[in-house]
Amino acid sequence: MSLQLFLFLVLALVAITSALGMLINRNAIYSALFLVLNFATVAVFFLLLNAPFIAVAQVSVYAGAIMVLFLFVIMLLGAERAGQIQSIPWQRPLAIALALVLLLEAGFILYSQRGVAPMVTGTLPPGFGSPAQVGKVLFSTYLLPFEVTSVLLLVAMIGAIVLTKNEKK
Amino acid sequence: MVSINYYLGLAIILFTIGALGVLIRRNAIIVFMSVELMLNAANLAFVAFARYWQSMNGQIFVFFIMTVAAAEVAIGLALIVTIFRSKASIDVDQMNSLKG
Repeated sequence: MSLQLFLFLVLALVAITSALGMLINRNAIYSALFLVLNFATVAVFFLLLNAPFIAVAQVSVYAGAIMVLFLFVIMLLGAERAGQIQSIPWQRPLAIALALVLLLEAGFILYSQRGVAPMVTGTLPPGFGSPAQVGKVLFSTYLLPFEVTSVLLLVAMIGAIVLTKNEKK
Repeated sequence: MVSINYYLGLAIILFTIGALGVLIRRNAIIVFMSVELMLNAANLAFVAFARYWQSMNGQIFVFFIMTVAAAEVAIGLALIVTIFRSKASIDVDQMNSLKG
């Protein structure tokens, strides 16, 4: 077993365990912290896949900004233990069965297509995934979507302000 | 170099855990976190394909997905705060009326 495969398996175990911890934990704060661990592990996977810029963006945007927002709202609402009571009794077993079906189906498709996936063996072009190259593609091929993204973020900002504004004044 | 099938398998498992979280958890914030987990699994598949095709386009898509996820979280959490103000609960089973 090569070192890369060993590293992958250990990290995959951490990622799956932290995702399950997020799912199972009763306390929403612990769930959020497990999700931070999961995002950090996925950032390491991005580094292994020669995507350093995306890895750093993952840590700063996901594990940083988004999860801080989650923790802030959980603590603001005091909602650590909300939503414990299951009002539809058959929903949980049905959901688990359907998730298993999804997992088996996707796994079967992956297994039956295992020879189809590309096995590119050549060396990567220098600077693949570097911030310079990401910027070059972002501002040439994807210039219009990039500009639309700024409008989207502006709309989200205005929407968040309007939604949380206290109208009883 | 690890085969792409390992990365796709991991993305499938993470996506399934996220979908399961949306289905079985009743806390709206945890449902949101599960959605983030599913987006993250898709990101992992994108970056794995970008590496194996040696193309930057997959990584740019991940960048856009992150932006959309950030906007979605900002709006979603604002909605949750507003619902909590009127119902004093964020249990998704309680959100069953259109009237505020």
